[in-house]
Amino acid sequence: MTVVDDRPETAAPAPRRRPNRLLALLRNSWRQLTSMRTALILLFLLAVAAIPGSVLPQRGISPEKVNEYFVDHPDWAPRLDRIGAFEVFGSVWFSAIYLLLFTSLIGCITPRLRDHVRALRSRPPAAPKRMARLPQHTVLPAPPGGATAIAEVLRKRRWRVEVRGDEVSAEKGYLKETGNLLFHTSLIAVLIGVALGSWYGWSGNRLLVAGADNAFCNTRQQYAEAKLGPRVDSADLPRFCLRLDDFQARFLDSGQPEFFNATVTVDGPDEATRRADFSVNSPLRLNDASVYLLGHGYAPVIRYTDRFGNSQISDEPFLTTGDMGLTSEGLAAFPDANVDPATGQRAPDQQMAFTGIYLPTAPEQAPFVRSQYPTERNPALNLVAYRGNLGLDAGIPGSVYQLDQRQVRTGKVKEVGTKLLRKGETWTLDDGTTVEFLGTERYVTLSIRHDPGSTMLLISCGVLLIGLMGSLFGKRRRVFFRVVPADPGEGSPTSGSSLMEVGGLPRTDYPGFADEFTQLIAAVKGGDPAAERAGVREGAE
Amino acid sequence: MSALSDNLVTFAILYYLIAMIGHAVEYALGNVRTRVATAAPVRELVGAGGGVIPTPPAPVPSPPTADRSARKARLAGLIGVGATAVAAALHLAALVTRGLAADRMPWGNMYEFVLTVTFIGVAAWLVVLWKRPSLRKLGLFLTLVMVLLVATAELVLYVPIVPLVPALNSYWFVIHVSTIVFASGIFLFGVVPAVGFLMRNGYEQGKRSFPYTLAKRLPGAAGLERLTFALHAFAFPIFTFAVIAGAIWAEAAWGRPWGWDPKETWAFISWVVYAGYLHARATPSVKRNVATWIAVLGFLTMLMNLFGVNIFFTGLHSYGGLD
Repeated sequence: MTVVDDRPETAAPAPRRRPNRLLALLRNSWRQLTSMRTALILLFLLAVAAIPGSVLPQRGISPEKVNEYFVDHPDWAPRLDRIGAFEVFGSVWFSAIYLLLFTSLIGCITPRLRDHVRALRSRPPAAPKRMARLPQHTVLPAPPGGATAIAEVLRKRRWRVEVRGDEVSAEKGYLKETGNLLFHTSLIAVLIGVALGSWYGWSGNRLLVAGADNAFCNTRQQYAEAKLGPRVDSADLPRFCLRLDDFQARFLDSGQPEFFNATVTVDGPDEATRRADFSVNSPLRLNDASVYLLGHGYAPVIRYTDRFGNSQISDEPFLTTGDMGLTSEGLAAFPDANVDPATGQRAPDQQMAFTGIYLPTAPEQAPFVRSQYPTERNPALNLVAYRGNLGLDAGIPGSVYQLDQRQVRTGKVKEVGTKLLRKGETWTLDDGTTVEFLGTERYVTLSIRHDPGSTMLLISCGVLLIGLMGSLFGKRRRVFFRVVPADPGEGSPTSGSSLMEVGGLPRTDYPGFADEFTQLIAAVKGGDPAAERAGVREGAE
Repeated sequence: MSALSDNLVTFAILYYLIAMIGHAVEYALGNVRTRVATAAPVRELVGAGGGVIPTPPAPVPSPPTADRSARKARLAGLIGVGATAVAAALHLAALVTRGLAADRMPWGNMYEFVLTVTFIGVAAWLVVLWKRPSLRKLGLFLTLVMVLLVATAELVLYVPIVPLVPALNSYWFVIHVSTIVFASGIFLFGVVPAVGFLMRNGYEQGKRSFPYTLAKRLPGAAGLERLTFALHAFAFPIFTFAVIAGAIWAEAAWGRPWGWDPKETWAFISWVVYAGYLHARATPSVKRNVATWIAVLGFLTMLMNLFGVNIFFTGLHSYGGLD
């Protein structure tokens, strides 16, 4: 972002020629946009625009909370939705602010980059005629070697030195501008990294129940929810399969989790077959994807035996309700129950479903609604049985974790009983069919992602930090030395030798320059810095 | 050990209070001194031309009563500094014992977080004071902030010791949280000279209404402004690093480096505001008091992130421990 104020006014245009109005307008708008004032306003707007993103629920983070907000504020929510308040960071106005800011940034650093390259290649300028007007100035006896000796000392101290006859000009601290440009350029690189990630990246969330039958392969259909970047096709997903072999969790007596670990078998054309462990904070890194452990729970294994003696098993995961004891709710549906094996005839009103609450550690007495500890110290499954048409054939998409309440309301599904089952217990229903609670499987909640922009993001963040430090702590400054023959009339301390006039100019805000100037002169003279201090006087501002 | 830590915090608050009273007494007695010392204006810590080697002000002949009063004021101020140092030592001991009792770094919840941030703030203050004793009078404002924040931590945010949840159990916890705490502590300290500058600047421009009169005995505005900038320029890269470290950790723990979680959003806001401050200060056309207001605003966003986000919003950074 250009510090406009520092720039000299451009020469006035030729007086008689009429300027092109459109061109002038464009040029002025561009100048306005790339001015520091505009950049500051845009920065401020960016900060303000981000606030609603933390106050209002966001679709990208918690879609269910957005739905809740719609229910709680039916009149406000649609209006807010229209202006993108639930997707602040993808909204037009937020994007407009940061794109304008980045345009302003590019418009500012491009000329500065050009100037800086020129400055890096050019030699330090000639010493000013009247050095006494510089902020730092002094006159001292010159060292024996004259200009060459001075230049030597300066070079050793890593100044960029130019000797012109009896004059030495030196400059240091180019790192400040280099760092500044590096910082701003890497901000652009960060933005590109984010863009790459969102265009070419993909992600999906899934529950994975333990056991070979529940293995999952990385295809679009296998995800409960998947987000593919605009440049990613379903066919681009890397081919691999995961099977959950084991899940270990350790908890404190208070129920607070202490340790999680999932063991999976990885397999598939794009992966070497192997066993792998991963946990919270250390994801499973595959070739073109990473697998993150987000949560865990229990999948009760329920066997239903119908009127014809056919058994079916459900091991659908029960979702945790968010309490410490891992109380979980879920559904075991048996739409193919009570199909006559002789005729193959389906009886649509004889489908079975069980909704249930699973308590890993059930309390000693009723009510059996809340588990007391997250591990299975006293497991119990509280089931409600339903019989009728589950409505699964209607083709209306429904949750696999919840019974379709419309069917219950219309009476197509009827409740036929409630029972608390311990592990291994069997419950005989009114029609003689049985349901058995066999035990549980562990399941894990996984997030599987690929972000091709992450490497670029990491590198540009590192460069950003280096640039930032150079820009904040670098100090650009110039010193000039002029060796002049000692005036015989003045009676110099070392008669017969020459004098040197020294001037110093800090080009940026640099409170410690006077000290450095003093030390530098001492080094050039090869004398004691304390003695020189008296000779250094502060120049005019 | 845990109870010891709690007691140490209480004593630290007590000593901060004593320090505040000491500084306040110096302020009150300072009346006479400033009247006398008008001939030799308060020494500026850094000359306007940059790096003036400080020379002691010429002795001003003063009536004996005023001299005695000035000596009393100085004594009160030194008591304030001493009490601050004792309080800081107790504060550190409280953190160490808390960490030993929990068998981890004491940054697991909001109580511990605020306690550490305030300690960094006071430690940075003592270091700066050591280098520039002329700033002593800022101590009144600093100890006021310390009393308020540490007492808030003790009375409102206190939670018993619990181990870390698995999500926090990572070496990134140490890297990310320590740097955030450190940067926050410096920003916290930085707001003291910032507010001091705003008041003193108004005073020097001839404003004599309420908040400006408080600045009558503060060090010169230019020096305060320079200190404000130095602290912010020091803390900003650390804060940037901390946010980047957080993003790297978030990638490993939650699968994405940046997800606009409320805490992340507010860290972004703070970062943008502080970046605005640094830009504004580097721009000659922006007045220094406007720039300093931006720094104060930045601190308010940090406070919002610490208290507001932990208490009002739910997000992945819900480590406040307050239910």
